[in-house]
Amino acid sequence: MTAPTTTAPTDDSRDRPADPPPKDGDPFDRDALPAPPRATATLLRSLLAPMRARVVLAAVLLLLQQAAVQAGPMLVAYAIDRAVPAFRADDHGPLIAVAAAYALCSVAAGALQYGFVRTSARVNQDVLLDLRGRIFRHAQALSVDFHERYTSGRLISRSTTDVESLRELLSEGLQELVTVILSFVYISTMLLWLDLGLGAVAVASFVPLYLLIRLYRRRAGRIFAVRSTAIAAVIVKFAETMNGIRPVRAFRREAVNDSAFHALNSRHERVNGDAILEMARYVVGSRLVANTAVAGIVLWGAYRVASGSLALGVLAAAVLYLRRLYDPIDRLGMFLNSYQSAAASMEKIAGLLAQVPSVPEPAQPRELPALTSELPGREVVFDDVRFAYRTGGEVLPSFSLTLPAGQTVAVVGSTGAGKSTLAKLLARFYDPTTGRVLLDGVDLRELSVPELRRGVVMVTQEAFLFSGTVAENIAIGRPDASREDIERAAKAIGAHDFISSLPDGYDTDVRKRGGRISAGQRQLVAFARALLADPAVLILDEATSSLDVPGERAVQRAMHTVLRGRTAVVIAHRLSTVEIADRVLVMEHGRIVEDGSPDRLVTDTGRFADLHRAWRDSLVQEHAE
Amino acid sequence: MPTTPAPAEGTDETRPTRSRSAVRSLLRLWPYVKPVRGRLGVAAVVAVAASCTGLVIPLVLKWIVDGPVADRSTGGVWLGALYLLLLGVAEAVLFGLRRWLVARPLAGVEAAMRADLYRHLQRLPIAFHDRWASGQLLSRGTTDLMLLRMFLAFPLTFLLVNSVTILVGVLIMLAQDWTLGLVLLAPALPVMVVCWLFEKRYSRVARQAQDQVGDLTTLVEESVLGIRIIKGFGRHRSQALAFRDLSRTLRGTELAKARLLAGIYAAITTLPELAVGAALVLGTVQVADGSLSAGTLVAFLSTALALRWPVESIGFLLAMSQEAATATERYFEVMDAAPESDTAPVSGAVSASGAASASVVAPTSGAGRARDGGHGGLRFDGVRFRYPDAESDSVPVLDGIDLHIRPGETMALVGGTGSGKTTLTALVPRLHEVTAGRITLDGVDITAIPREELRALVAVAFEEPTLFSAGVGENVLMGAPDTAGEADLARALAVAQADFVHALPHGTDTQVGEQGLSLSGGQRQRLALARAVVGTPRFLVLDDPLSALDVHTEALVEAALRRVLAGTTALVVAHRPSTVLLADRVALLSGGRITAVGTHHELLRTSAEYAWLMSGRTETSERENR
Repeated sequence: MTAPTTTAPTDDSRDRPADPPPKDGDPFDRDALPAPPRATATLLRSLLAPMRARVVLAAVLLLLQQAAVQAGPMLVAYAIDRAVPAFRADDHGPLIAVAAAYALCSVAAGALQYGFVRTSARVNQDVLLDLRGRIFRHAQALSVDFHERYTSGRLISRSTTDVESLRELLSEGLQELVTVILSFVYISTMLLWLDLGLGAVAVASFVPLYLLIRLYRRRAGRIFAVRSTAIAAVIVKFAETMNGIRPVRAFRREAVNDSAFHALNSRHERVNGDAILEMARYVVGSRLVANTAVAGIVLWGAYRVASGSLALGVLAAAVLYLRRLYDPIDRLGMFLNSYQSAAASMEKIAGLLAQVPSVPEPAQPRELPALTSELPGREVVFDDVRFAYRTGGEVLPSFSLTLPAGQTVAVVGSTGAGKSTLAKLLARFYDPTTGRVLLDGVDLRELSVPELRRGVVMVTQEAFLFSGTVAENIAIGRPDASREDIERAAKAIGAHDFISSLPDGYDTDVRKRGGRISAGQRQLVAFARALLADPAVLILDEATSSLDVPGERAVQRAMHTVLRGRTAVVIAHRLSTVEIADRVLVMEHGRIVEDGSPDRLVTDTGRFADLHRAWRDSLVQEHAE
Repeated sequence: MPTTPAPAEGTDETRPTRSRSAVRSLLRLWPYVKPVRGRLGVAAVVAVAASCTGLVIPLVLKWIVDGPVADRSTGGVWLGALYLLLLGVAEAVLFGLRRWLVARPLAGVEAAMRADLYRHLQRLPIAFHDRWASGQLLSRGTTDLMLLRMFLAFPLTFLLVNSVTILVGVLIMLAQDWTLGLVLLAPALPVMVVCWLFEKRYSRVARQAQDQVGDLTTLVEESVLGIRIIKGFGRHRSQALAFRDLSRTLRGTELAKARLLAGIYAAITTLPELAVGAALVLGTVQVADGSLSAGTLVAFLSTALALRWPVESIGFLLAMSQEAATATERYFEVMDAAPESDTAPVSGAVSASGAASASVVAPTSGAGRARDGGHGGLRFDGVRFRYPDAESDSVPVLDGIDLHIRPGETMALVGGTGSGKTTLTALVPRLHEVTAGRITLDGVDITAIPREELRALVAVAFEEPTLFSAGVGENVLMGAPDTAGEADLARALAVAQADFVHALPHGTDTQVGEQGLSLSGGQRQRLALARAVVGTPRFLVLDDPLSALDVHTEALVEAALRRVLAGTTALVVAHRPSTVLLADRVALLSGGRITAVGTHHELLRTSAEYAWLMSGRTETSERENR
């Protein structure tokens, strides 16, 4: 994906320490996918918009809570200036009023706090739920070629640590921010009301604070962007090692990995330290401003009380308020921290979400025409199809091909001849660069996903098993299948015996005790899954490579019945598969060089005849007797 | 018998809930904190000093109000303001100093713990990795460690600092007016009770939330690794549903956490504030009586307010500590698993079965032993294997394997799907440890050879060819000693018919693996094979190394491989006659034992099972097919 790298944040590349080679500026390598400008803000807004009512409720609760909290010094001023003289004059009313008001405010502050925390938690969690879901769904919608480049580690990093930093911002940061702003407003108002001059000085002190905050924001922003990239690199390495632990051990990669990991980890450590230090600078700066302002205001206030132009109670209240005024600036720093960290993460998430699936779902899907016979097969047409990977290099030069409904077609050829690419085009893992792939006359691009998968299903040689039971893994083929359906599919393919011998049979958890399943058995499970899906077109891409000969034979016998009436494309380097094929395509360098019935091609002098002879030779020993 | 003390399984909900106290969990961090204890200690002292400086400020205020202001002395006001300024500057510098002191060390602690986790995981038995989803491991290495760093940065210091601050503050207040001070102390007991109750409940929910995050990570990871299957079946919706369910569960847990937090925040806000209110009323009465100066009351309340943050913060500090404690627990769950011990024989391996250990002393007459008599080559003696996490009374996967591969000989291993061939090959480089019996290389028990050395001696190629994020050349040369160079690389690539490498964008420097160019299964398999043969190893173990190759390439690889294998003692798992032909002899693995050894032709004649495995036809089906 050679997206313009100019939109990528340039700060990132400038700040990047010299050690990791920046490669060729590919945004994938730099883990900096470009996002449209203001994508972060748009994303945040769209996340919060549906929760407007509850956000308002939370804000109101916080507003009231702050009012209750900030009433304290006011009551103190009232107590000193009014209640004391009144009490001396035996008027207990004002004091009782103070007592009642203070008690009320305390209880209200607690209750409102309770309400606010719960309301805001609801908002936060719903936003996170939404965001997690969006990342996940979007990642799932992105095409296979994207995943081949983005790596699972980064995707995990996006949906864990990056979401986590938004969580921190929402659960602590926003509350801090609102509290800080509210108390600034409340306290400034109170101070101005108590005494215009003192209040004005306090308000004036906001100017240097603001400048300081702006400076911090800029500097920390850069650091956080680098940090987010650094932790993602750590995660990628971590995930790669754990997923390939066997070869790591067998090839004694531990020490090499340790030092490679150390380099990534140290880089993260350094940036992490930078971030904390930046915060330290901010704290010193802001505290200095605040404490100087307090000293100045006290000086002026005390001076005026001494000269008789200010009441003592007013000074006392002002001083109490001042202490509170500057208390939250540390917390403002924390907010900025989480904000910057979240912003860096959100930018990465926005970059991910901005990726357009290269194999998009149609806006107005069409349906496949009703089947004309009872047989499930459909006709496949490659109409003037050409395909090149985005990274360059034409893989399949322009070709046209028609596979009639119900035909079983074997595709043979050496590795790298383009067989798998052909299969992936038919399965719509990729879209052709030009031309169309038609299923019963409908362009694959016009089919909704469920419709497409009723049409075409592909079984590949890498048979990944998901966490869960064996039955669940088979049921991926058709989630609403009953246990009988699942067992029937497994029996048909010859997988029933080994599954029954597992500790809990079909309910054996593949990741738990005794759930170890060999590569060949995994392929059988994958087959059963495909059978269960019952598609019109079945693609088998080297799907029997890990099976032993009897297993393969069993699968082939099953295929005779399973494929009857279905359109099938079978890719296999073992030509035994050809025995079930009606037609053979031989591919070389992306082109179909031979096309015909197996019987005809065998007797020809072409490549297939060669291949077939070589294959016969490889089997000759069994017939040697 | 298991070498790991039955670790809690990542996704298992029936995890034994050892309700270790938070403090005891956190104490386990000591080894990591120890190197930075000096800095942390000094930082704590600095923080206490900064906090106390903050507490002195009200006293100066009192002095100003009761002294210069009351005396109408403007000069004294200037002096007071100067004191305030100095204290303010001191406070700011001290707070900054604290952060500066801990910044690098704490980032260092996090990094050290992560590096240790990574190092440890790389050395845990494969059986451990079979059991733990890597998402669970990953969440320990990331979010959990971040929580721990946060804990060391704030709660650890501030629980101390705030306690001292509160103590000093209370003393100051008691000194000024002990009745008012006592009034303020009244809520201490209820607050402590609330905190204690909170901590107990919160720890449970926090742990639950962290585990659910791990499950979620696992699901994300699987849905990326299995993306082709999900796409191939159009299952991304049901995958998204599963994800939604899990994230909803997590949301529920987080909301439960929030409920607890809301409760404790409310309690911690209300109770002390009520006491302050009471003190205000009482103080006002006393000022009215004239038994208390206005300055004292201002200073008193100012101190009480200065203590507000230390008191209120206890709620979230405790919450953070609790989360850190569960993070520590989760971290050490992995760290406590015993790594592969090196040379020492696995404890329990020999004692596991008396019968099996007897067979070590008096090996049953293996097929090759009588003729050969020597100890050279690769020999399995009464090898029995059961996965360490399997029930101890279950049927072993391998049950008495006796097999001798003579020096320089290539032995094919044939067996039905799931018969344990791959398991058997994993025993040679000690990816798994034999349960009983022994394996010797040139007469030396492999358990007596350090793993590092053993794995240098035995080269392997796995059925699933994994390439690492590195150049192609680097990936291949991993199998060779450091001295290997271009020539070795070229030779290995030639053997494996991996000439396609030269056509890649950057030749042998092309990046592959997770972060590089994706190669086809056949291409990866050939690279894995090149990696296995590049170091011309003495012993070679190949697990179905040609399964993804087309017939032509397979024939070429075999011809080249045969030359390499001439001087190598090799065990090759084979599914097909063509692969079997690489070997001098064939061993048939069936029912956990080697049931027959001989040449391909001998076995075709003598073993019905072998003939069936090689042709896929029984006598009857043979006839039917004709």
